[in-house]
Amino acid sequence: MLDYIQGYLSSNVTPGQAGNVFWATVYILIVFGAISVAVMAMNWLERKALAHFQIRLGPMRVGPHGLLQPIADAIKLLTKEDIIPSGADKFVFWIAPLIILCAAFTVYIVVPFGPTHAITDLNIGILFMLGVASLSVLGVVMAGWASNSHYPLIGALRSSAQMVSYEVAMGMAVVSAILMTSLHGLGMYGVAANSTGTGTLSMIDIVKAQQEQHVWFFFKFFPLGLVAFGIFAIAMVAETNRAPFDLPEAESELTAGFHTEYSGLRWSLFMLGEYAAMIAVSSIAVTLWLGGWMRPFPHTLGGETWDLVFSLFPGLTFIGLAAIAFIGVVRMPKHPYFKIQTAGLAGFGVALGLIGLILFVPPVRDRIQDIYWFAAKVAVFMYLYIWYRATWPRYRFDQLMKVGWKVLLPIAIGVLILTAIMGVLL
Amino acid sequence: MQPVATTFFFYLLSGAAILGGVLVITRKNPVHSALALIMTLLAQAGLYLMLYAPFVAGVQIILYAGGIMVLFLFVIMLVNIEKVQKQEQFNKQWLVGIVAAAALGVLFVLVYMKGESLFPKHVVRLAEESNTQEIAVLLYGQYMFAFEIASLLLLVAIIGAVVMAKKRI
Repeated sequence: MLDYIQGYLSSNVTPGQAGNVFWATVYILIVFGAISVAVMAMNWLERKALAHFQIRLGPMRVGPHGLLQPIADAIKLLTKEDIIPSGADKFVFWIAPLIILCAAFTVYIVVPFGPTHAITDLNIGILFMLGVASLSVLGVVMAGWASNSHYPLIGALRSSAQMVSYEVAMGMAVVSAILMTSLHGLGMYGVAANSTGTGTLSMIDIVKAQQEQHVWFFFKFFPLGLVAFGIFAIAMVAETNRAPFDLPEAESELTAGFHTEYSGLRWSLFMLGEYAAMIAVSSIAVTLWLGGWMRPFPHTLGGETWDLVFSLFPGLTFIGLAAIAFIGVVRMPKHPYFKIQTAGLAGFGVALGLIGLILFVPPVRDRIQDIYWFAAKVAVFMYLYIWYRATWPRYRFDQLMKVGWKVLLPIAIGVLILTAIMGVLL
Repeated sequence: MQPVATTFFFYLLSGAAILGGVLVITRKNPVHSALALIMTLLAQAGLYLMLYAPFVAGVQIILYAGGIMVLFLFVIMLVNIEKVQKQEQFNKQWLVGIVAAAALGVLFVLVYMKGESLFPKHVVRLAEESNTQEIAVLLYGQYMFAFEIASLLLLVAIIGAVVMAKKRI
């Protein structure tokens, strides 16, 4: 058994490619668990950050600084009555949240958390991700239609129009990034990079192409990569129905949009699917433009010393989080009523610190590094989602369509053509 | 890698495809038919994957997700579902139906009888790793002309749609 595990640790392909069913299953379970935990953490962070943006405190009651709020919410949603409206199409109503959830989680099969840390690597990786992610619009429309109610139906129709239109611009931006995998051109600082010949759709190979070309596609053919990334970053917010593109669930007009009639467990499945999809599209953006699992400055700040410095980051992050928790402990009111909360927060800080210490151990450090940088880049996007929501007012529907078709799409096609020209010229 | 449980997945996927196909024509509610169609098309994508054609499978998913979406909207917006459910579902064209079924049956029997000689003995195993690249080289190299003609056809369709939708151009 130990030999088996050790034999795996030295392998340099993903379990899916190696045909290793056991490890593939383990990876799937780990990814599923990690995404679920990340969704809960994101839920807490969103409520907290939004509250602070609006000069409120946010959840404070359940656990220290509301840390246990997601768990309390989950229990509440699980025990709530599950209402199916009369006249609803029961089967479609029942299956719609499942479709959204399955579509959101299936795409994680090809997300490359590291060169070996992916469930598998498909030859059509990015195509698969976009295709399966686009299936979730079916779930939205089914939910809206099956509810047998007007607001959900309007929300669903809006959502389908929005997702189909922004998918086009998104696809064009993705194509220009894929094109870059085959074009060598000049690196960021004029470093002559290696030519990779043919392009690739595989998620792992896209990151490897950036590694070989010594440049993130974000900076490649400046500003073409930047513009393509910008288009994707806008389109992905529209794809996941988040503010400022959250017209399908515009609460001022449609109460809650397509999931108005859903309650309890089914509603929480919608939320889980939405957040999982947000993480999934963010990881597409990270993979295509921000160098995936690569640490910052892998070539400019190369060498063993810098490798060591950057490998300390995961541990330092957790130690930093622990320090923040201890600041919270010190600042807790000294009243006996807060005794349990203070102890809990201190315990949480100790746990974070211990995780940080474990991450300093050399074998763990080397193994965890790529996952850490990938997760850190995705986390930036997750925070941006919250930031958008707190900052920008919602678009009107005609403005939304205008932006999608008349601004983003022409720019995306222009960028695609210019990228091809640059690739041939340079 | 070596494929796992191929027979099981083949029967599962083809069973799902056939079941979906039957449901498409037997369900009275057109929305349910559209859903059954999705099941058939996704099962087909799985079959393409089993045939070492990941690109075709990916395109199948990405295109038909959008296609079915539009079908779904047509059903919601254009079809009066309450009326449709009361209508007769089949046209009772027994004669034509029997002839078509018999022709298909004869075809099946012929294929079954001559099976050995109709299909190549050895399945050509295409390179799974470079499938997309090879398709691209063929499409933009050898079949460039056919590809361009197909895209021209699509362009004509788009122009036709614009002409029909716009009153004044």
